[in-house]
Amino acid sequence: MAIHIVDRRLNPGSKSLENRQRFLRRAKALVQGAVKKSSQDRDIKDVLEGGEVSVPIDGMDEPRFRREGGTRDMVLPGNKKFIEGDILPRPNPSGGKGRGAGEGDSEDTFRFVLSRDEFVDLFLDDLELPDLAKRKLAEVESQGIRRAGYTTSGSPANISVSRTVSRALARRVALRRPRPEVLAALEAELADCRDEARRAELMAEIEALKTKMRRIPFIDPIDIRYRRFETVPKPVAQAVMFCLMDVSGSMTEHMKDLAKRFYMLLYVFLKRRYRHVEIVFIRHTDRAEEVDEQTFFYGPASGGTLVSSALQAMHDIVRSRFRPADWNIYAAQASDGDNSYADGEVTSRLLTNNILPVSQFFAYLEVGQENGLSYEMPNSSLWTLYEGLRANGAPLSMRKVNERSEIFPVFHDLFQRRSQQERSAS
Amino acid sequence: MTATDQLLFEGAEWDFRTLQRICGACEQVARDELKLDVYPNQIEVITAEQMLDAYSSVGMPLFYKHWSFGKHFAFQEASYRKGLMGLAYEIVINSSPCISYLMEENTATMQTLVIAHAAFGHNHFFKNNYLFKQWTDADGILDYLEFAKRYVAHCEERHGRLAVEHTLDAAHALMSHGIDRYPGKKSLDLRAEEKRAGRRRAHEEAAFNDLWRTVPTGPAKSGAILDVERRRQMLGLPQENLLYFLEKTAPRLRPWQRELLRIVRHIAQYFYPQSQTKVMNEGTATYVHYRIINRLHQQGRLTDGNFLEFLQSHTNVVFQPEFDDRRYSGFNPYALGFAMMQDIERIVTNPEAEDREWFPDIAGSGDTMGVLRDIWANYRDESFISQFMSPRLIRHFRMFHLHDDPEERAGIRVDAIHDERGYRRLRRELARQYDVGFIDANIEVVDVDLAGDRRLMLRHTVVKGAQLNEADTKRVLQHLADLWSYDVSLVEADAAGTVLKEYVAHPRNISVAA
Repeated sequence: MAIHIVDRRLNPGSKSLENRQRFLRRAKALVQGAVKKSSQDRDIKDVLEGGEVSVPIDGMDEPRFRREGGTRDMVLPGNKKFIEGDILPRPNPSGGKGRGAGEGDSEDTFRFVLSRDEFVDLFLDDLELPDLAKRKLAEVESQGIRRAGYTTSGSPANISVSRTVSRALARRVALRRPRPEVLAALEAELADCRDEARRAELMAEIEALKTKMRRIPFIDPIDIRYRRFETVPKPVAQAVMFCLMDVSGSMTEHMKDLAKRFYMLLYVFLKRRYRHVEIVFIRHTDRAEEVDEQTFFYGPASGGTLVSSALQAMHDIVRSRFRPADWNIYAAQASDGDNSYADGEVTSRLLTNNILPVSQFFAYLEVGQENGLSYEMPNSSLWTLYEGLRANGAPLSMRKVNERSEIFPVFHDLFQRRSQQERSAS
Repeated sequence: MTATDQLLFEGAEWDFRTLQRICGACEQVARDELKLDVYPNQIEVITAEQMLDAYSSVGMPLFYKHWSFGKHFAFQEASYRKGLMGLAYEIVINSSPCISYLMEENTATMQTLVIAHAAFGHNHFFKNNYLFKQWTDADGILDYLEFAKRYVAHCEERHGRLAVEHTLDAAHALMSHGIDRYPGKKSLDLRAEEKRAGRRRAHEEAAFNDLWRTVPTGPAKSGAILDVERRRQMLGLPQENLLYFLEKTAPRLRPWQRELLRIVRHIAQYFYPQSQTKVMNEGTATYVHYRIINRLHQQGRLTDGNFLEFLQSHTNVVFQPEFDDRRYSGFNPYALGFAMMQDIERIVTNPEAEDREWFPDIAGSGDTMGVLRDIWANYRDESFISQFMSPRLIRHFRMFHLHDDPEERAGIRVDAIHDERGYRRLRRELARQYDVGFIDANIEVVDVDLAGDRRLMLRHTVVKGAQLNEADTKRVLQHLADLWSYDVSLVEADAAGTVLKEYVAHPRNISVAA
């Protein structure tokens, strides 16, 4: 009897994947807590690589009727020197390891490896840019076009020559269409042939071949293949996110670090949630410049502080590249709150007249000294200015942050799905 | 048949033709020399991840979806990555055809070892041992699992993932007490079972008429309260199979929930023989692979290098750490089982006076395989150890018996050691550790208060003072109450009837039962 050997590697229908997703759903609260906790103790860049989290197992163990205690009898191997009737002192309960009868009895947590996607997903789970696409709802969806295989019908412009020819070739081979060389050879032979009988034979053969060639065309309509395109709806919601940061001398390394963290997070969040998000980085001292991401976070710069320069730059960019009719505009600004007093007027005017009217949302993050307490910070000039605007109902969110562990709550806070009411109130 | 003097393979590389050759060679030895009787074999080559997959769904090739399998997978994957756990390189399914998994990372020698071990050793045991014959239906199991998987998925579509998950969680919590321990009913026929399940559903759908809901019900018939004995008889009490009891009598379960309980119960029952034959099963498989591979080496079909590689893994498998070793975690079933099989071989072929005195029936009879095949067919761990553990083996393992009584202030007493006075006591005590009556807590449904609040009453008969773990028990009872949908109480009492502890659980208002 031949033994049946199957290669299962070919269909790695990963059963574990679906069960894993179920497990993650089930343990969501626990895993989410673990993700938050672990992301506080690590650099963001590492955090976003996913990686291991420790999940307490007792929230997810499956209970069984288990017995414990009582009188126990054990038969053990490896007696060295005991004799019947010996009394052995009990080991300290702390020293002895628990009898690992079930899984993870003796362990109260286990390390759980999350992929990058799972990790960020969990983290961003209840975040959503506010009001995205609100203005665009009435608009028609724009269509994009994508290649999608081949089809048997279409317009001549889309004929795929290579496909068609190769199919024709396959058909000719399969139906044994005589090749022209064979015909040419026979005709040459006919030309040289003097024997009548043989000539007749050759002529008949040539005739047969010719009719067969006529019957089996070189290219048949059924060979023809057209390139197929399908339209894909493009999400209409496109947003642009402006990241503004003060990099002047008054910003300490610690503050920059906080701001960096905030943006990185923001950056990941946007990159992930929305395919159509443009991000513009503007950093400013007393002059503002648009920079690339690398420079924004890591480029050296120093100078005074003029917040309005950044707002002005943002305004110019909006005017030149992002028409508010087509783009939802979001802005997040990080600063230590310092600003020249002379600049307050300009800043306020720029904000109220140019920026806020076209923005869906404007977030301001005020970063403070290490070990400072957020509620003890005296209100900075910028804070006071923004506070005034907010009181007048401008769509503006503000937070103060001192420690990097506070970044995450703030972040959540800024972007939580809030009900319509709250949004209009804040 | 190929000539026996040619090598099966050289080095570590293998391909499918090599595997065929190996199977053929192993089969020849198993059939002609060991006279094994096996189910048809199916060998499946899989990746490490698939092996982990198989682990986490209790080693079954197809299984319904449930979050706990995902948990096990994550847990095992984590320890596998850390290198805490090598993958057991063999999983074998008690089914016909008997499915054995080979991991692609294994060397040719390891594949030979696994084929001999699983496809012939375990396979023979599954097919011939009386427990498996009694309790499992190898022909039907794969189809039944397929049905279970489909049915659970179907329930999820119709009744929602959460409701199904709650029901399965509850059923899993009671799985250890969803088993018939004593044969009495007719043997299991899973194919018919599956057909019946289909018919039951079809009938329910056909007979459903919404009008019945609207029929006014008169006041409940105040029948004379049945006397206790009669009531218990009608409900089939006492009943130790909790899942069975719930499936049949829980008042508010929906039909599909009963079906789910039934599926979990069948699967628990299917694994029941394996829990009672760990030592014998692994002992048999290890003994068989040892015999087969030695024979192949003698026939010149394995190189000396490959044979050494085999010996190394074999030695690792049958290693028994001593009690004071950090690696010790109880008796290794491979080590104990293999040692006992070899010892029986010695008693049959080359007995000493002591063996003749202890084992007059088999000592010196000369027919090793005959004796072993008979033992493999008719014993389980407990009876096997209590009959065949020889003094020589007790000395070899230097066994001793500890009696740990919490009342005893001074400490733990050594009750018996490997000497004349101790052999029989040690043997009895070791066999008891494998006795199924002692492994799981003895919990029964004893009564239902039909006249009053329909409270379900359970009793745990405490043995040797071992009570239930409180936190776990509360949660299991909660699941039980959710299924029963009225209060559930559990009383822990010792043999004398003294109540030691009482639990009560109230059903939650989640839609386990509607």
